[in-house]
Amino acid sequence: MAFLEIEEIHAYYGHIHALKGVSLYVEKGEIVTLIGANGAGKSTMLKTTSGLLSPRHGSIRFEGEELTRYRPHEIVAKGVVQVPEGRRVFGRLTVRENLEMGAFALSDPKLIEANLERVFNLFPRLKERQKQVAGTLSGGEQQMLATGRALMANPRVLLMDEPSMGLAPVLVDNIFNTIRQLHAQGTTILLVEQNARKALEVASRGYVLQSGVMVLTDTAQNLQRNEMVRKAYLGET
Amino acid sequence: MLHKIRERVTPTDLIMWLIGTCLLFLMIWGSIATIKGGTYSIHHWFDFVIFGLAQGSIYALIAMGYTMVYGVLRMINFAHSEVFMSGPYTAYYFAAAFYSSGLLDRQPILCLMIIFLVAMSTSSGIAFLLERVAYRPLRTAPRLIPLITAIGASFFLQYVFRGLFGSGFQAYPVVKILEGEWRFGEFRLLKFQVIVILAAALLLAALYSFIQRTKVGKAIRAVSEDKETAYLMGIDVDRMISTTFVIGGLAAGAAGVLYALMFKQVHFFMGFIPGIKAFTAAVLGGIGNIPGAMLGGIFLGLIESIGPSLFLDGLGIIAPYQLKDAIAFTMLVLVLIFRPTGILGERLAVKKA
Repeated sequence: MAFLEIEEIHAYYGHIHALKGVSLYVEKGEIVTLIGANGAGKSTMLKTTSGLLSPRHGSIRFEGEELTRYRPHEIVAKGVVQVPEGRRVFGRLTVRENLEMGAFALSDPKLIEANLERVFNLFPRLKERQKQVAGTLSGGEQQMLATGRALMANPRVLLMDEPSMGLAPVLVDNIFNTIRQLHAQGTTILLVEQNARKALEVASRGYVLQSGVMVLTDTAQNLQRNEMVRKAYLGET
Repeated sequence: MLHKIRERVTPTDLIMWLIGTCLLFLMIWGSIATIKGGTYSIHHWFDFVIFGLAQGSIYALIAMGYTMVYGVLRMINFAHSEVFMSGPYTAYYFAAAFYSSGLLDRQPILCLMIIFLVAMSTSSGIAFLLERVAYRPLRTAPRLIPLITAIGASFFLQYVFRGLFGSGFQAYPVVKILEGEWRFGEFRLLKFQVIVILAAALLLAALYSFIQRTKVGKAIRAVSEDKETAYLMGIDVDRMISTTFVIGGLAAGAAGVLYALMFKQVHFFMGFIPGIKAFTAAVLGGIGNIPGAMLGGIFLGLIESIGPSLFLDGLGIIAPYQLKDAIAFTMLVLVLIFRPTGILGERLAVKKA
């Protein structure tokens, strides 16, 4: 039994069949990446895992417990935490308040303080700006905040949705360094990315999603060498 | 250049600005004429200001409910005026009992506390049920549907109260310690108005610090910004929405008692006018914005109280005070023409990345 196990998920947006029987698993301490083109269903996958979307069929189990019957905030309390696509920081709340919201499910003030310390160590920039309103941060800082905010919840599995989207190349490197750091600290990560090259560099295994169907899965190394992946996602000819 | 201006400014805008400018001109002209005429002396204006502040702080309290609910649900809760009415109406029966038993004269503070408690819990209870029964099932429906439901709920509550308690006016008992006035030379302060202002200021300050400082307050602000992300932070969005309704109900219930004590009566339809005014105040301040609603309420109260004498007296209009509602809504029109987002309104463009 894997740590996080998604089995035969079918999900719909209205009448659109967005996920057609998708399965994947993530072992404890692993980075697994899910790559695919725009509209392949990657974000839908994460939304379904977080409970924002209910699957019509299939099961999502975290440590053997079925997640699909819980509501989104309960899933967060179980330790499955998402960094949403497009960062989605609360623009009118301060940096500090954003981080406090990340820890909403926790009640022990000592634990919250310790998490805050950890986030500030990871992103010293956030400590400098903690009283600033989050809407005034730059894109890179907002990504730090979105990641830090998710870490505040003590995630046992971190679901990251396109963390590098819309960022300058230097900042993309920063984000992937952060991901490596988190991995070194033992965080389990399911990473959804359009930047397949970078994603496959940090991940141990990968899945390729195409129009709602899982077409390929292998170790990251093998995927980097795979003909189809190279052509379609790594931009090689 | 000219082409660009023409693209941005439509004929409708021009006409609206023209109307707005005319109204502004009339107001300024009337004010100058009134001040030159010298009908009112300084202590009259002082009276107007104090009355305006008292009235305005009641509007501000009610407006909190409109603006907070708009914040979390992007919906105008038109039944809020009935949430406002239900509190003092229910508490009336306690007040009347206290009065006839003589307790109101012997223990006025205790009685007032019970009256406030009853009114605030009734209003917040009704607000809570309203959300649970009428609005929650429609959370994902198109926006017009909850709006119509709100209007329906408003009628429903009005006629439930009418059916239960009758359609007549009920006279609120006089609380003796709140009567009387303090005099300072020419100036006078009605005790009651001072107490309304202080009580409302206290409640508004408490509400504001609750929203700004507590974990739940911050979560409510987070829900107002982005529900889906709030869920992803582990926030129980439904509970926060319920809490918002309860808080709005508490403020409306307290405002209701202040209003009933001020005008000494309750009636099943009493919520309508203050409700509409408070909604206007919320729009004036920028709907969804909490300090804006407070400011809008006080601004509206002041304009209503000072405006008729200041703007209209000089224009030779007889009994200008009859036109206070017209002035209040003219203010709304003016603000919406020149600053459509309200005084402290947010720029919607920066909202979503």
